[in-house]
Amino acid sequence: MTQAAFYSLIAGALAGIGIYGLITQRHLLRRILAVNVLGNSVFLLLVALARRHPDYVDPVPHAMVLTGIVIAVSATAFALVLARRYYAETGLNHLPEDEE
Amino acid sequence: MATLSLPLAFFLPLLTALAVFLVRARRAPWLPLLGALATVVAVADVVRQVAEHGPQVHHLGGWQPPLGVELYADGLSALMLGMTALVGLAVTLYAGPYLRGKGYNTELFWPLWLVQWATLNGTFLSADLFNLYVMLELLTLTAAPLAAMAGDRPSLGAAMRYLLLALLGSLAYLLGVALLYGGTGTLHLREVGELVGADAHTAVAAALITAGLFAKAAVFPLHMWLMPAHSNAPAPASAALSALVAKAGLYLVLRLWLWVFPVLLSTYMGWLIGALGALAVLYGSLQALRQPRLKQVIAYSTIAQLGYLLLLLPMVVIPAAAVHAWQGVAYHALAHGFAKSAAFLAAGNMLYSLGHDRLEGLRGLTPYLSITVLTLGLAFASLMALPPSGGFLAKWLLLSGAISGGQWPWAVVIILGSVLAAAYAFRVLAVAHAAPPAGYTEVRPAQRVPRIMEWVPLLLVLIVYAMGVTAMPALGLLEQGAPEGLQ
Amino acid sequence: MIDALQDLLPLWALLASLGTAVIIFALRDERRRQRTFWNLFGASVKLLLVALLVYGFLQGRSYQVAWEVVPGVTFHLAADPLALLFAMLSAVLWLVTTVYAVAYLENSAQRARFFGFFSLCVAATFGIALAGNLFTFLLFYEALTLATYPLVVHRGHPAALAAGRTYLAYTLGGGMALLAGTVALYAAVGEQPFSPGGSAAVAEWAAAAPGAATVVLALLLGGVAVKAALFPLQAWLPIAMVAPAPVSALLHAVAVVKAGAFGVVRIVQDVYGHDVAADLNVTPVLAALAAVTILYGSLRALAQVDIKRRLAFSTVSQVSFITLGVAMGGPLALIGGLVHLVHQGLMKITLFFCAGNYAETLGIHRIESLNGVGRRMPLTSVAFTIGALGMIGFPPIAGFISKWHLGLGALAQELYWVLAVLVASTLLNAAYFLPVLRRIWLLPAPAGWPGAPAWRRGAETHRWLLYPALFTALAALLAGVLAAAEFSPLNWAQRIVEQEYPP
Repeated sequence: MTQAAFYSLIAGALAGIGIYGLITQRHLLRRILAVNVLGNSVFLLLVALARRHPDYVDPVPHAMVLTGIVIAVSATAFALVLARRYYAETGLNHLPEDEE
Repeated sequence: MATLSLPLAFFLPLLTALAVFLVRARRAPWLPLLGALATVVAVADVVRQVAEHGPQVHHLGGWQPPLGVELYADGLSALMLGMTALVGLAVTLYAGPYLRGKGYNTELFWPLWLVQWATLNGTFLSADLFNLYVMLELLTLTAAPLAAMAGDRPSLGAAMRYLLLALLGSLAYLLGVALLYGGTGTLHLREVGELVGADAHTAVAAALITAGLFAKAAVFPLHMWLMPAHSNAPAPASAALSALVAKAGLYLVLRLWLWVFPVLLSTYMGWLIGALGALAVLYGSLQALRQPRLKQVIAYSTIAQLGYLLLLLPMVVIPAAAVHAWQGVAYHALAHGFAKSAAFLAAGNMLYSLGHDRLEGLRGLTPYLSITVLTLGLAFASLMALPPSGGFLAKWLLLSGAISGGQWPWAVVIILGSVLAAAYAFRVLAVAHAAPPAGYTEVRPAQRVPRIMEWVPLLLVLIVYAMGVTAMPALGLLEQGAPEGLQ
Repeated sequence: MIDALQDLLPLWALLASLGTAVIIFALRDERRRQRTFWNLFGASVKLLLVALLVYGFLQGRSYQVAWEVVPGVTFHLAADPLALLFAMLSAVLWLVTTVYAVAYLENSAQRARFFGFFSLCVAATFGIALAGNLFTFLLFYEALTLATYPLVVHRGHPAALAAGRTYLAYTLGGGMALLAGTVALYAAVGEQPFSPGGSAAVAEWAAAAPGAATVVLALLLGGVAVKAALFPLQAWLPIAMVAPAPVSALLHAVAVVKAGAFGVVRIVQDVYGHDVAADLNVTPVLAALAAVTILYGSLRALAQVDIKRRLAFSTVSQVSFITLGVAMGGPLALIGGLVHLVHQGLMKITLFFCAGNYAETLGIHRIESLNGVGRRMPLTSVAFTIGALGMIGFPPIAGFISKWHLGLGALAQELYWVLAVLVASTLLNAAYFLPVLRRIWLLPAPAGWPGAPAWRRGAETHRWLLYPALFTALAALLAGVLAAAEFSPLNWAQRIVEQEYPP
């Protein structure tokens, strides 16, 4: 199979893992990780898209991925700080509605 | 020079945010207001240009699409920009005294709010799908900290929940954009709209994008985060979040469906989305009836009112209803923006004065806060679409569209929505008129509210009533650049 | 320049009440003298401007104020004879009620809020009167609901709030029906200004699509019937009696109930036209409902022991005379209905003023407490007597004139059952008013009355509570005695009907 198809499949698998994690995990840190995995899956898909022509590589998706990574880093940073403040304030590492 | 106002509308608040962050608001408290005024001037120029010369275009860096990012302002953008500018100015004027009086850290607020304003302007001006992704993420990243500002348990939980759901939404949106890019090779709105066909590939992309935007705009059934987030945020932030940020999400839904996915807009699709809108109207109104605190009522009201905007999609496919529905939805977005922000600012006054916003506290408040109670009354009157407010004209247009097009279910939804809105509005207003029961005293005496905090919301809500006198100027502006069949 | 300003006279008159409201809202509660000044000034200016309108109209000027609100829909104020009739009535009675209210509410709380909404209420009524098309009518009709709610719940106690809820449920429901009907009408025939005898486009549409036209007419009439307290939508009216007496006076004589009846006249006469409405089989139903309301209201009134509640049910009954007059068709019946709009206003407001006086001065709320009060408060009781006799239909008081024309109209249309209804209602009115009069004049007074402190010797009650009642009683009397004169309400009604039924 082509590189594009291969990477797309991996991206699909990662997306599945990410969504599964986000929905089923209670711990906030794991959910943030899941969002990251999901983000990476989308980036991987974009990289795969860049490779869809056999002769040349499309640079625009690469630009999108770079921007996306920057955004993901900022978002993750904020999410982590928020989770820490949340833990400090409430002593919980999960949202209240996720009580067992 | 002619179209420089478009990027200026985005960059001015951004630069002000940077300046405030560096200089510290304590040392230059006039800086946010200066930036706000400059932004209002830039937006006024954009509106004037669009009104006189039609849709305006600006290519950032001089680079043409599909490689370069285009800023595009048509009538709808101009109206949304104008609303954001006026609400933004009001929030800027109100926030200083409010935050100081309640002991919040203003150093944090100003950069967040100003970047949010810049992002909102960017959202209304972008004609590029990926640029919109960046804007959406920025909206989330500025909204979540603002929601968490109070730093207490409910705020932090609400912010966390919002953040997770919003990030999921953004990623769904990005995935949809990736699919569209893979299919068409371009990111420019119009070009993508011309190139996509009605196939499964486009449908999946549309579903992902719509779902992502629904998460941002708290459309049923992805609405659970809105009430806790908006009701626990500080009042000026709540005003911005409900009146502007959530609306930007729905604006994008409408913009993308009308410009990018019109080929997919069948009766069936329209009904599906319209049904979600109707559910939002009914659910939000019913929940608003049960809330014990004023800000909670107003937050659920947002969910309900935004639902009306989705009624455009089922009606726009019917020629007899299309123009009325288009005009009604745009006018409703405007009227709601002003009324909702005024309501939240008035609720902020109540919080400031009494220290809480439980509905029973409204009793006997009128002598102290008569202007605030008046503002609240006028704002709710527009939300329930009573004449002579702008909300009434919006409802008239929507109802005209529904009845002209023979769309009885939507007509029923519109009328039922107003009835329910009246129910929750008068539940609040009745308490405001009630005499305090004998022996009732507040735990702490009412604190005096600074004059500017009383007057700014009133002026904001009077705009809604000016909108009620005639809709012709706004509707004339709306025609600029409107899609064919809607002019 | 003066000419241009004069053409906008309806707008100035509207702004006069709005401006008064704004000024009063801005004043703090304690500033009694300033508020009283602005109240009276505003009411007087309003009356003056309306008088100017009437004068200009008689000189042949046409006053039109219009601008486009939404594509295809205009906001339109027009001064035609019917509009001026209602406007004049409301302007005069506003001034009188303001005087009364100032004295009545002297010691109560939240006066700024009360008088502010009072002025807004009158502004809305004026807008309803001068509305030149159904959209403008709807606009002010709904605004009236918003303006009257704070007046109904003014006292703020749980009973008042409950009454307010009921009031809203009815009036907002009616408003929805009116809105739906108006939008549907606009969707079907576009914008039609009110035209005497009905608009041609609506007649065409009714001929082409009678089913839809009937549904829309039913919606429209249903919407206004709520405020007009037509059976079975009248329940809110007695419940709203919990409001202070000036509010009851205003609501029952001028604003809300009359607005509903006025709406019935406009919709049947100036939108559809009586013939079209009759062809759609709506007017017979309307007439029947009006007759039921007349009898039902009177029967319920008989059972009441509270003065204001008895008057409330009397209003329910009497206002339906207007509806009956419109529904019957023919010029004479219409004259009767239209002139009753004015006469009932004058008589009922007199009765409410007197009821308020009894309550404020002597703490009397129930009929059985009225024994012998004629000796203690003679002038008030004379006014009450004139009002009551007018309601029954004794000549030469105004009520007789209205009933006489309604009777003649019934004969002209060969609707003999209406005559039976008129006779029955007269008998019922006598049955619930004459015993009251007997108590007031003929029964001996008790040792003392419940409530309020005694006034100084020689004074019956506060001057400003007494004079309004006497004024309106005199007006009711003169409207009947001088009915044949040039500018009597009867003459004006005839002028209106000449336009609707050109000879």
